[in-house]
Amino acid sequence: MAPRSGDAIFSSIDRVNAELFTLTYGAIVRQLLTDLEEVEEVNKQLDQMGYNIGIRLIDEFLAKSGVSRCVDFKETADMIAKVLLFPPMFLGVTASVSSWDADGTCCSIVLEDSPLLYYCNVLSGFIRGALEMVSMKTEVTWTRDVLRGDDAYELQVKLLKQVAEEYPYKDDE
Amino acid sequence: PLSKGKQEVSLSAFAFLFSELVQYNQTQVDNIAELERRLEDAGYAVGSRVLELLCNREKGNRRETRLLGILSFVHSTVWKVLFGKVADSLEKGTEHEDEYMISEKELLVNRFISIPKDMGTFNCGAFVAGIVKGVLDNAGFPAVVTAHFVPIEGQQRPRTTILIKFADEESGG
Repeated sequence: MAPRSGDAIFSSIDRVNAELFTLTYGAIVRQLLTDLEEVEEVNKQLDQMGYNIGIRLIDEFLAKSGVSRCVDFKETADMIAKVLLFPPMFLGVTASVSSWDADGTCCSIVLEDSPLLYYCNVLSGFIRGALEMVSMKTEVTWTRDVLRGDDAYELQVKLLKQVAEEYPYKDDE
Repeated sequence: PLSKGKQEVSLSAFAFLFSELVQYNQTQVDNIAELERRLEDAGYAVGSRVLELLCNREKGNRRETRLLGILSFVHSTVWKVLFGKVADSLEKGTEHEDEYMISEKELLVNRFISIPKDMGTFNCGAFVAGIVKGVLDNAGFPAVVTAHFVPIEGQQRPRTTILIKFADEESGG
């Protein structure tokens, strides 16, 4: 199966109204703020939730998209921006990749406005989790945030380590 | 500008996010009643916003002042926007004048959920009950809203009934 465009994948999967998703997410953020009180703690928890979602959603993404192994981190970052985030395996966010460093292990994903992009720490965890399942350990940090007065949303994705393939089972000897 | 509300995200993204909501709240409680109360609380936040949003967008800023009007608003408009379909049924309770029931054969939030035996009558529909309560309360019809499983003959999975009990009969119309 050849890789399919984000649009084609999206039309073939079950969907729900984005407002239900956004409002539910908003309710989660509100509960976390009430419970944890510290903004830092809330961010940590959101990141963890995103991670948990990412490590599961990547399975469906791979199954439905027909994407095979990406040759390098560059291709992977492109895939995140064009197919995984948009159109909406997850969020319906339009994103582009820029600011590569010299050895191609660190880049920025710039997100255009989307109604779902509010208080979006869940997103950094999501990308980290999804990538970990395809053997890439990354560090994802927010560098720009429209809600803080910046002109765009920007995530820096840094490749820490490519983990060698490990099988959960032992080969028969 | 107000979004048209046509945007969608993948069902799995919502299902995983909702599962994170349930799991997080599970860590915050030590009994089922408390867990349901917290899910209802999260739903309530969604419901009060949905009322604002839909009155503005779908009803030209007019609000329902009649009991049956607001009930059919929940059963049709709210359900359609949030869950993509009108609720399966809206019935008046036979034993009490002030009770109404909205039933759904396969409620979205219960679709991927199986309740472990040791969790008794726990129902994730508490979240949807909270949404309904949020809409009704903020429209001026305070009610106690609860979610229940009702077995259907010949079917493995029970349907979910959202039971609405209005606070006092004067609010009826």
